[in-house]
Amino acid sequence: METLFSVLIGVFFSVAIYLMQSKYSVRILLGIAIFGNAVNLLLFTAGRITREIPPIILPGSDILPMTTANPLPQALILTAIVISFSFFCFLLVLTYRGYQELGTDNTDEMRLAEPKNEPLPPLGY
Amino acid sequence: MNTIILRTVAPPITALMLVFSVFVLLRGHNEPGGGFIGGLIAASALAIYGIAYGVAAVRRAIYFHPMALAGFGLLLATVSGFLSVFVNVPFMTGLWIYPSLFGVEVPLATVISFDVGVYFVVVGAIASIALALEERESD
Amino acid sequence: MAAPTTAPIDLSAALVMAPTPLADWLVIAPMGLMIGLGAILVMVRHRLHLHGWIAIPGLVALVLLDAMLLWRVAQHGPFTMTAGRWLPPFGISFTADLLGALMALVSALVALAAGIYALRDIDSTGRRYGFFPLLMMLMAGVTGAFLTGDIFNLYVWFEILLISSFGLLILGSERQQIDGALKYAILNLMATTLFLISVGYLYAIFGTLNMADIARQADAHSGTAPLVTLSALFILAFAMKAAAFPVNFWLPASYHTPRVVVAALFGGLLTKVGVYALMRVMVMLFPLQREELSFVIAVSAALTMVVGALGALGQNDLRRMAGFAVIAGIGNVMAGVAIGGTAGVGGAILYALHSIIAMTALYLLVGEAARIGGSWSLQTLGGIYRQAPWITAAAFVIFLATAGLPPFSGLWPKIVLLKAALDIGAWWLSAAILISAFLLTIALGRVFLLAFWRPRPAEMAVAAPSSPEAWQRTAPLAGLVALLFFFGLFPEIPVSLSQGAAASLADPTAYIQSVFPTGGAE
Repeated sequence: METLFSVLIGVFFSVAIYLMQSKYSVRILLGIAIFGNAVNLLLFTAGRITREIPPIILPGSDILPMTTANPLPQALILTAIVISFSFFCFLLVLTYRGYQELGTDNTDEMRLAEPKNEPLPPLGY
Repeated sequence: MNTIILRTVAPPITALMLVFSVFVLLRGHNEPGGGFIGGLIAASALAIYGIAYGVAAVRRAIYFHPMALAGFGLLLATVSGFLSVFVNVPFMTGLWIYPSLFGVEVPLATVISFDVGVYFVVVGAIASIALALEERESD
Repeated sequence: MAAPTTAPIDLSAALVMAPTPLADWLVIAPMGLMIGLGAILVMVRHRLHLHGWIAIPGLVALVLLDAMLLWRVAQHGPFTMTAGRWLPPFGISFTADLLGALMALVSALVALAAGIYALRDIDSTGRRYGFFPLLMMLMAGVTGAFLTGDIFNLYVWFEILLISSFGLLILGSERQQIDGALKYAILNLMATTLFLISVGYLYAIFGTLNMADIARQADAHSGTAPLVTLSALFILAFAMKAAAFPVNFWLPASYHTPRVVVAALFGGLLTKVGVYALMRVMVMLFPLQREELSFVIAVSAALTMVVGALGALGQNDLRRMAGFAVIAGIGNVMAGVAIGGTAGVGGAILYALHSIIAMTALYLLVGEAARIGGSWSLQTLGGIYRQAPWITAAAFVIFLATAGLPPFSGLWPKIVLLKAALDIGAWWLSAAILISAFLLTIALGRVFLLAFWRPRPAEMAVAAPSSPEAWQRTAPLAGLVALLFFFGLFPEIPVSLSQGAAASLADPTAYIQSVFPTGGAE
């Protein structure tokens, strides 16, 4: 199961990085959404994938039995999911506003903050 | 979305969902549930009401600005974390009192007030986003 | 139900049993204060006249709390509070050591200056967008990042400050801001995601997220676990945050778009949080791996410095020039991290502290210059000296301090770093520091000549209508200049504090001791 998941995570990462190399902000955004999910899946898989065994330490032992999943990575990704979801919402609105205000989703044409032919500073006094 | 079916159904559904959200919030103390999911349910209740009756009606109904609710929740959660300064235990330690109401012992804790704070943060934040989006749709 | 039980349970294996002294609350109070005030400010969002009255006393209180924190840490060494009474490493710890307390105090000072400046600079629209609540949340994030003792918690504080910085960046929603914010948001989000991956791998290797716990186990794992790979991931993530050379391009693309006071906060604080995290992780948690990767960090540092200074030379827009000056400063801090040892890291900490003050002052000054001169462009600015001699004097101090010339605060960290670099034989690194300082001197000197000293160009003969001077604008600038002066003339205190901070990073015994007083539950 873990092997399958690691292949899937690899696919996720490559798709995300491929999309993020695009110059269209919508594709970059999709790439980021997949990137966040890839990371969450990575952490989830790293904490072992098992079915429905509660993480309870048995009497007499100090650590969880190997058949249970580690609950901490799951708690981590719970936080990370909420955060990456809210970031994604923000970016979505930002990209939309960017499209409305700048009239393009091509990042090559988004040169308002860095105009193309900005003059050089004066070379003489 | 101005159909008569939705307009008839929306008030009872909203009321039901709000009650259910409080139930989930309180249940969350020992069982699945809690402030976050309760807040989401309440926020979606407000969103449904907004779809049926318009954003202005929701804003009138909840009286406070949703962001103010979120601020209140954040403040409540912070204060719950800091109450433990008075009993010489570290930050965010759960403090319990067991008052007796009508003969039933009701355990209350700073954990619950923290969760209520989370509830308000989620209601406020999600509702303000949802209402803003619904408002945008109408113009 | 957690009903009261009568059966005796030994809680001391899981919980902190000793009563918590009141002074330990100092490590948590700054964040609590900022979040609480932020919440109150959100609640009174529409009573704009109240914002300043709540925010400024709050920031003063933050400065006082951080000063008390620093005083306590300097007197008694690091101390820890673990949330919810759980024994570390199970509870989330907040640990104040000298480095965290120093950075927190200086950041609070800078935030106070920016808050006062914002009283005049942020109009009612900006306030309605929530400048002051966002400022409080930003400071909560920054201070929390400096004081937390848990690496996942560090990630959470990063996100808090990132979210509030997004809000501040698009304050006003101008077109230029949206353009800048898009690049800033995407690249910073990638950086924090990389950080999250690294945290996940870290947990997979160590099984703990508590920094003290990691620090004491790092040696045992260094032979068997891919710690160099992990460190490289951490370096990439933090370098992206700090705007170090190959991944610095988001900074000059975005930092000139927001209001000038927001840019001042960002230039002073956000990149420094990145270098703080770099120091904390590489010097304290993975010293052996820092040793192995030091050449990579050094090359990146040298290039960052030179690229920053060259970029500053090529800019016509004053704010973009300041953005490149921030990058040049980051290069110096990274150089200190690469050199290592108490001298190198101490120099890096000292430079970071100086840079927080100097960069905020630089941005505020640039804002003042543009307000008086009516333009951001060096082509059209001129003659500010005649209109505002005191601002010109402040500009002189700030430029010299930023370039690292005596007698101001920029000199000492550079001397410490140069000496440390020469001591380990990295002559090319010290050459890069000198070249960068030289180029930056030219760039800033030219700004002084063109914008302040020369007569106003003929086509701009009509002075721009400028609003009258107000103490809200001049007082923060004067305060920051005074700090730069003070640190330049009396460097003993900051130098010894930063060397102490570096020593406690290099040998975190006291830090670990404060988290695990009894040696820990092994």
